Parts: sequence; structure tokens; C-alpha cells
Amino acid sequence: MQDEMKAKAIEMLSSGAVRRVVGWREGDFDYDVTPAFFESVEDLKAHFVYNDFCGPNLSKYMVKVSRMEGKSLVFLKPCDTYSFNQLLDEHRIRRDQVHIVGIPCGGMIDCYKALRKSSGDVLEMSSDGTTVKVKTLTGEMSYPKNDVVEERCLCCKGGKHMVYDELIGEEGTLNPDSNRFRGVKMVEKKSPEERFAFWRGELSRCIRCNACRDVCPACTCELCVFGNDKSGAATKAPVNAFEENMYHIIRAFHVAGRCTDCGECSRVCPERIPLHLINRKFIKDYDELYGNYQAGESSEGVSPLFAYKESDPDPSVVLKEGGADNA
Amino acid sequence: MPVNDTYRPKIVAFCCNWCSYAGADLAGTNRLQYPAEVKIVRVPCSCRVNPIFILRAYQRGADGVILCGCHPGDCHYTKGNYFTRRRMTLLFSMLDYLGIEKERTRVEWVSAAEGNRFAHVMQDFVSTVGKLGPNKRLEDLRCKMK
Amino acid sequence: MQRIGVFVCHCGTNIAATVDVKRVAETLGKEPGVVVATDYPYMCSLAGQDLVKDAIKEKQLTGVVICSCSPRMHEGTFRKAAQQAGLNSFMLEIANIREQCSWIHKDIAEATDKAISIGRAAIAKVRNDQPLTPSQNPVVKRALVIGGGIAGIQAALDIADAGYDVDIVEKQPTVGGKMTQLDKTFPTLDCASCILTPKMVDVAQNEKIHIYSYSEVEKVEGYIGNFHVQIRRKARYVDEDKCTGCGLCTQKCPMKKVPNEFNLGLDDRHAVYIPFAQAVPKVATIDPRYCKMLKEGKCGLCSKVCGVGAIDYKQQDRFVEQDYGAIVVATGFNPIRLDAFDEFAYTESKDVVSSLEFERLMNAAGPNNGVLLRPSDGKPPKTLVFVQCVGSRGTSCRDKEYCSKICCMYTAKHAMLVKEHYPDTEVYVFYIDVRTPGKNFDEFYRRAVEQFGVHYIKGMVGKVVPQADGSLDVQASDLLAREQLHIKADMVVLAAAMEPDKSARHLATMLTASMDTNDWFTEAHPKLRPVESPTAGIFLAGACQGPKDIPDTVTQAGAAASKVIGLLSKDHLTGNPCIAECNELRCNGCSSCANVCPYGAITYVDKEFKMPARVVVTRRVAQVNAALCQGCGGCTVACPSGAMDLKGFATSQILSEVDAICQ
Repeated sequence: MQDEMKAKAIEMLSSGAVRRVVGWREGDFDYDVTPAFFESVEDLKAHFVYNDFCGPNLSKYMVKVSRMEGKSLVFLKPCDTYSFNQLLDEHRIRRDQVHIVGIPCGGMIDCYKALRKSSGDVLEMSSDGTTVKVKTLTGEMSYPKNDVVEERCLCCKGGKHMVYDELIGEEGTLNPDSNRFRGVKMVEKKSPEERFAFWRGELSRCIRCNACRDVCPACTCELCVFGNDKSGAATKAPVNAFEENMYHIIRAFHVAGRCTDCGECSRVCPERIPLHLINRKFIKDYDELYGNYQAGESSEGVSPLFAYKESDPDPSVVLKEGGADNA
Repeated sequence: MPVNDTYRPKIVAFCCNWCSYAGADLAGTNRLQYPAEVKIVRVPCSCRVNPIFILRAYQRGADGVILCGCHPGDCHYTKGNYFTRRRMTLLFSMLDYLGIEKERTRVEWVSAAEGNRFAHVMQDFVSTVGKLGPNKRLEDLRCKMK
Repeated sequence: MQRIGVFVCHCGTNIAATVDVKRVAETLGKEPGVVVATDYPYMCSLAGQDLVKDAIKEKQLTGVVICSCSPRMHEGTFRKAAQQAGLNSFMLEIANIREQCSWIHKDIAEATDKAISIGRAAIAKVRNDQPLTPSQNPVVKRALVIGGGIAGIQAALDIADAGYDVDIVEKQPTVGGKMTQLDKTFPTLDCASCILTPKMVDVAQNEKIHIYSYSEVEKVEGYIGNFHVQIRRKARYVDEDKCTGCGLCTQKCPMKKVPNEFNLGLDDRHAVYIPFAQAVPKVATIDPRYCKMLKEGKCGLCSKVCGVGAIDYKQQDRFVEQDYGAIVVATGFNPIRLDAFDEFAYTESKDVVSSLEFERLMNAAGPNNGVLLRPSDGKPPKTLVFVQCVGSRGTSCRDKEYCSKICCMYTAKHAMLVKEHYPDTEVYVFYIDVRTPGKNFDEFYRRAVEQFGVHYIKGMVGKVVPQADGSLDVQASDLLAREQLHIKADMVVLAAAMEPDKSARHLATMLTASMDTNDWFTEAHPKLRPVESPTAGIFLAGACQGPKDIPDTVTQAGAAASKVIGLLSKDHLTGNPCIAECNELRCNGCSSCANVCPYGAITYVDKEFKMPARVVVTRRVAQVNAALCQGCGGCTVACPSGAMDLKGFATSQILSEVDAICQ
């Protein structure tokens, strides 16, 4: 796959069809792949990679890249295309400046999970698509890849690309996971006191590094509200519990209806806060109350927050035991 | 804050200019009493109320926040309150999910003719919040130290 | 440094009896930025207003807080006073300490504390007030009337009479609408044509009025004072300017078997036709569905006989674009289709007709030249049964829930006319209720019963069964006599419910004018603004807003016209300054705000921004149309970046109020 992609990228770059290629660059280890753009064939040949560690969603980079001079090639995995579409819907990406090559994905490894699972200092880590092999200071081990894939891969939307100019490999099929709200449901089942304690335990670890915001493909504001003194939400550090709560409520509310559930926020959180559980709660609620909606499924979707039905329930529906669950 | 040993909750009521604020005025015109803890902020439409305003009220020491607008279908701006309804449903559900007492925040539809209802809603809300006690889960101690 | 003045009103004892106004003034006087705080018995009196004005001038106030009654009472009064004293009127806020404080509390200490808190919130808001200037938008001094029935004609005549240009767009080949098809009108029984055709001629001859007949509105853009409208002039295959209306072509056309819609299909016309003798404009139209030349390329007879060469088989639809300051909607109504009412044998028997068909059968210009004959065999009917409320006031899916309003009166008219012309005829009217409010209406109905002996029977007709001898067996119940009736009738006339014209729904979307569940246009306020649509600049006339008779229609058309004249008489429209505003530096151009705007007030432009290091970036940013925005603020919450704010109710203002209240 990697060779096929590399060939495609080299062909388009050398023919002048595109000015740059947005993909993944190898790191010092197999597992520390980083998003990058390549402007020369030599660079591509030497450093371009595509393996089971290429989790980062490249869609958000296209907001800036599509405004650069000349056309750009971007490789998108099936679930990345939802974010791309959503950004198209919001007029954030110039579609005619981007050539999308859809690529298949067999699930991406969460390297933090893998590192934790591999007790001892990791020297090498590789994946053949089904098994992860690890060499540490103390020895070697291997385990099934599925044990360490990212949260989003555990509830994969399927292998179908929502938008592309060309595909490498077969066109996939939609295969949404019917059980993707299990995490949310587990939190919902707790008593309010337990929920409060649970989220305090999680959110109090927040160091306000803004990684969740910076990586989120829905958070592409020119200037963020959290940096706007007049917005009433301006904060720079999580001084106390209130600010931690506020930051995460407002962050999730701002992306509600636009969040494609790509899980990047949880992936990058250095404190491993399960942020996707907050975003996914909004998704579960509006799916149940207003009908299923998948942001990014089409580039002309109408967010449930921009629509209404006369028969919508009143907010008091939340007051009922179990909240929106029993609506 | 305890006053004469009785806890009196602070309530912020956002009222839309066309229906609920007028309903509050009518409650006054008809001399219908409701607790003085309720203080009203006038907004053009319930859809003007940003979740940030609600959180800000809690931060600054409110114990309950109520948002009043025209009945669905009667919005002066034809559909503002429909958007409010969805936004607030999702926000309240989120607050509940985070373990914050769901009874503290409320939306009520009060028309300009419902002075009676306005007073009744406020009495009921103050008593509900009163039973919950002071807002602890969304408080910001810095704002209470003054 | 801000210089704020606080003025506490006693409102006689209304406030002062429960609020210690002195203490309020004294406490608020210590708030930062407050340079004067005083109280007065009646702040809204001229003397009270002078107190405020003098303080503004003497103390050079930058902001004013009036602690008094509800802003819904006197905000306007005080803002005007501030303006007169040279302070921008939006630098003044009202603290509502009467309706929302003194009147609802009894304890003086408690009420006083609350009044202070409310006053603090108002001071906090004033600190964040910005001077606002209402926008001024020029008004295009031309009106568009959509629909050329009696409502549209009346509105156009009235507007033209005031000296403004008016265009009428009518989708039929002639103006006149439903009224042209009526025979006589209640309650005076004067002939509809006799009173309508002079008005049609007036419209045609008025230099200020232009008629676009056989045309439809294609596209509407813009806003009050400045609508841009595209009109489709459908090809009529006849040059309107050349055609003299002589009618020779309509006689020579070989395609003779075209159902004549003017007579509701009760007789035939030719493929080239003039709807009726008094049509305005009196111009022939070729019906492309039937014309042999247009369908098969053979014939061309009309072209040969036309002395002025007006026939043009190659004519295409044309488009006209025009700007208007105001739009009157007068799209009218239609009787509902009766196909779903099989129990009345409407599709089965020719002798079961709708009331509008009956109008044509009675009309001197109708298919039988005004002699009432049974459609099936051409014999004079001896027994007639009228059924009221067909499709009105029902709950089933084929029914309308509402009362169609005019049926009781026109049925009484029909019954009376039949008895007048053919006294030996028996006439029965089946009704649920007889509703005759209106000047001389009940007297009219009573004349039908008492003077002409029409049999009014309370009850509904259950079934009409055509008999072998050509008669109709009408099965009905008489609710008062509690008996089942069988009437052997020669004709049955059904008073079909009214419904809005089918084109209205599409038009409403183009105009962003709202409609109710029955597709009647909604008025801005059912009682106080009955001829305005909630969308500014759109006015309603006639039955497009709800079932209406001719007097009501003409009244409403006149009222709509006077509203239009009021609008067009202004050179500029002063907008509400409390509208949304986009901070372009923060705007993502994501369209979230436009998605929730009820008024379509937000558009986007690509704009260049100079960034650091001499980089120029082109970004899509939102722009608010000041004439369209009504200031609801929904966009401010939809906007993720906080670029949208609402002037007069800015985020900073609301937050400062919240902070002050929670203090």
C-alpha cells in the first residue's frame, strides 16, 4: 500500500499536477509517525510512510494548505473524509485546490496504549496488520493489534470514503458500529454523584495544553473563543474546577453537530482524558431526540442545532429520570 | 448565602423581551408575588442566550438559572425559540451527564398574557433550587471570596 | 472616564411605597462611574425629563440609568429625552423597579435591596453601552402587486392614486380573477361584471400601472424598500403590442374542442382565445397544449387571418427584472377539488355542480346565456338542492378545518336568484349553521327564507344517488325535525370550501413570508397588523390571507395599499440599530449564522485581510444586512468563534448584567 501511495504521490508531484503532498512522515521509531507535507520527490522517496501508526487525521491541515498557492494532494482514510466533508460544508476548505486520494485503513494503533501494554522501554515496535511485535530492553513480545487500536477504530464507521477524487484499493462499505455509545451509556448509568466524581477525576487532570482543541478538525476558528476576552469564556489555565468544567462543556458544545466523532481529541490528550465521551454524549442525545445525524456524511448536511421540528421535546425532557435516554 | 439562618438561592432569569419579560411585567401589574431572589436579565429572544451566559451566572454565584421565552410557535422572530429548545435540551443533558444537578437549570415558556404563570413558575423554581441548596458543583470560589 | 447619571423614580407611591428610593439613589451613587444619583416623584413627567436632560448637559453625562417602570412603558420616552439633550439615545438603560420589584414585593428592606441590585445591573450595562445609529436605507418608489384579482386591482389603483408606480403580475391571460366568473354579488345583487370591469379598465388605462399578464414571479431578492424581482413573461405566441383584440383568430381557429376554463369546462373554446369579452389586456393567447401549429407544425390559420401580423409561433418565455420598494401579495383562492366527495356523485353526474360552476350557469355570459338549464339534458330544473360546508369545518383528511366564510351568503344569493327568475322552482338548502355576520347580511338571508320561501334545513346531505329517470335522489337528515329525507332533485349545488391558490406556497418561499398549516399567508399580528406579513415590506391583500368576501377583500386591499403608500412615501427607512454585527477578524465564514437566521439577513463575501509580514489573506466573511436583520441574536449563539455579536444586547453587556446581579 505504502509503495502504491508513494508512486501516486511521486507521479503527481513530478508531473506538476500538485505542488505538495500531505501525508505522514516517518519518525525515529516506527510508531512516532507525524503528519507532514512533502514538496520534493526526494523527500517523498526518503521519508513518506503509511503504516498502522498513521492515525492522525489530515483533514484539518487542509484548511491552511488549501489556501496555499497551487494544488495539494492529500491522503485520507475513510473516517478522515467525514471531517473533510464537514469542513467543506463550513466553507473552510477550497475543494478545487485539493486532490483527495482515498486510501484503505485496517485500524490504527494507539501508540500510547501499545507503549503501556509493552512493559519496559520500547526499542522497536512494528505491526503486520494483525499482530504487533515489540522489542524492549528486557526482551520481545507480541500481541494482537486489536488490543491496542485507537478508540475510534473500536467503533469504526466502515471503509467507505465520503469524498475523494480517486481511490487506492477497493471502495469500502459503510459498516457503522451499533455499539458505539457503550462508553457514554456506562457513564449515564452512574448516579449524579458518581458522575460528578468520575468527571472530576478525569477533568481535574486537564492541564489546558489545548491539544484537544488544536487537533480537532471541527475547531478551526480563526480566533478561538477561549482567547477572546469579550466572550465570557476566556481562560488560559485551568485554575479551578469551574474553569475545567467550563472549558470542556463549551468546547464540546461548540463542536456539537459538527463533530464527526473522529476521536482525535482523546488520541492526543496527554492526560488520557476520555474527551470523546463528552462529544459522543451530544451525538447520542441528538440522535435519540432529533433523529440520527452523522456530521460529514455529506458536504451539505444540516446540523441538528441549525434545524428544528415543531414537535421537538422541551428541555424538561432532561429532568425525567435518566435524562434524554428516556425521551 | 445564609441570611437569618435561611438559605436564599440566587436566581438569574433570562427573559425574552416580547413574551416572558412582558409576562413578568404583567405579574407585577397584577401584584402577583414571587421571591425577590429572582432577578431578570432582558434579552431580545431566548435564542440570544449563550450557554456561556448560563455558566457565567453559576460562576458568579447564581444557584439557579432559568430561561424564559415565547411558547414554541409564538416566537416574535418566528423560530428563535425552536433553536433555543434544542440548544438548551442538549446543554442541560450535558450538565446532567457531568453530574451537575439538572434541576438547577430550566427553560419555561411564558407568554405576555401569562403573568400568573410567570409568578407561579418563579415560586416553583425558587423552591426547587432552595431544596437543592447552594450551587457547589459549578461554583468558582474566587468569585465568592469578596 | 465614564460619567453616569442615575435617576430613581417614585412613580407617586407605586415605587416609593415599597422601595426606599432615597437609599437606592444614595447607594447607587457610590457605584464606580456614577457622578449623579437622584430621585424624583414622576420621572416621566416633563419636569422629570427636564431633570434628566439638565443633568446630561450640566454634568456631561456619558450614560444614564433610569430606575422606574418597565422599559416597555417608557424606554422610548427617556431615550428621546436623552437624544434631545445631546446624548446618544442608546446610552440610556432602564432599571425596572416597578413591575419587577415594588409591585411584587411587600417587605421594604427586601424590595429596596432588590431595586439596588437591578439598578447595579443597569449601571453595569450602561458601562458597556455603545452609541448606536439606526441605518438609513433608500426606498425604491415602486410597488409590485402579485395577483390581479379584485384585491390586486384595488391595491394597485390605490397605490397608483397616491402617485407611485405599480406593476401587477397576473398568471392568467387577463386580470380580474375569480370575481369575473361571478354572476351577482351579495348582499346588493348587483352584477359582478358591472362593478368589476370598470375597475379593470381603470387599471389598464392608468399610466402609473403596468400589467404583466400571463406572467409569474420567478425570483425575489432583497429586502424592504429594495426588492429585486425577476418576472417570467410566459410566451402567449401573440405579440401583445400588435394584437388589437379583434378576435378574428379566435373564430377561425380549427381547434374548437378546448375546455373553456373561464366557464369551468362547462363549454368549449378554441386553441387561440380571449378568455372573455371584457378581458384586460384584450389580447389573444394561444394555448400550446392544443394548438396544431405549435404541436405538429401544421395549420397556421390564425396567422393568416390576423390583419396586424401579431401571431408569433416562435415566441419564447421572456424575463423582466425590476426593483420594488414593497410587495403586495394578492394570490387569492380556489374552490377545492370535489373529486374526493364521491357521496355527492360529483364526478358521476353532470347535474351535481360546484357553486362556482353554478355562477357560470346563471351568468348571462355563461354557457347557457344565463338561462338555468340542467347540464345533463338541457331541461329547466324544477327542484334544486344546495349543500353547504362541503369540505369546510371538517376533521377528515379531505376536509379543511376552517369555515370558508362566504358560502352561507352566496348560497342564499343563489337560492334567491333561482326563486326570483323561476318562482315555481323548489329550492332546498342544507346547512350546519347559517353564518351571516356583516352589514345587511342577515337581512339578506332572511329575505331568502321569508320572502322567497327557500327551504332551509339544518342537517347534512349523506348521499346523492343518480336515478334512472335522470333525477337525483338526495338522502339527508333533518336534524330539527329528526327525520330522514329523500328529495328528488334535478340539480345539486355543492358549496366547496376555499383553499389558497396552489402557487402561493412557492411564492411564500421566495418571499420568505410565513404561512399557516393551511397555506394561508400569516399576518404580522392577527389583530394589530392584519395586512402585513411578518417579513418586512411584504403586505397581504384578499383571500391569500384567509377566506374573505368581496367587501372584506377590497377593505384589506385598501389597507395594504395605504401601508405601501406609507412605506413608499419615505425616502429612507430607519432601521432598528440593535442588530447583529460581525467581527470580520474573528469570522470563519462557516455559515453557521446564516443557517439559523430567520430572515436570510446574512450573506458572505470574500474579503482581503492584511496579515503580519505583508501577507494578504482572502477569507470568506459574514455580512449582516441591516435592513433585514431584526435583532433576535440567534446567530450569536450559533457562531462558534464569537464573531457575531448583537448591538444593544452585546455579550459584554449581558455578562456585565449577570455579574452585577450575582454580586
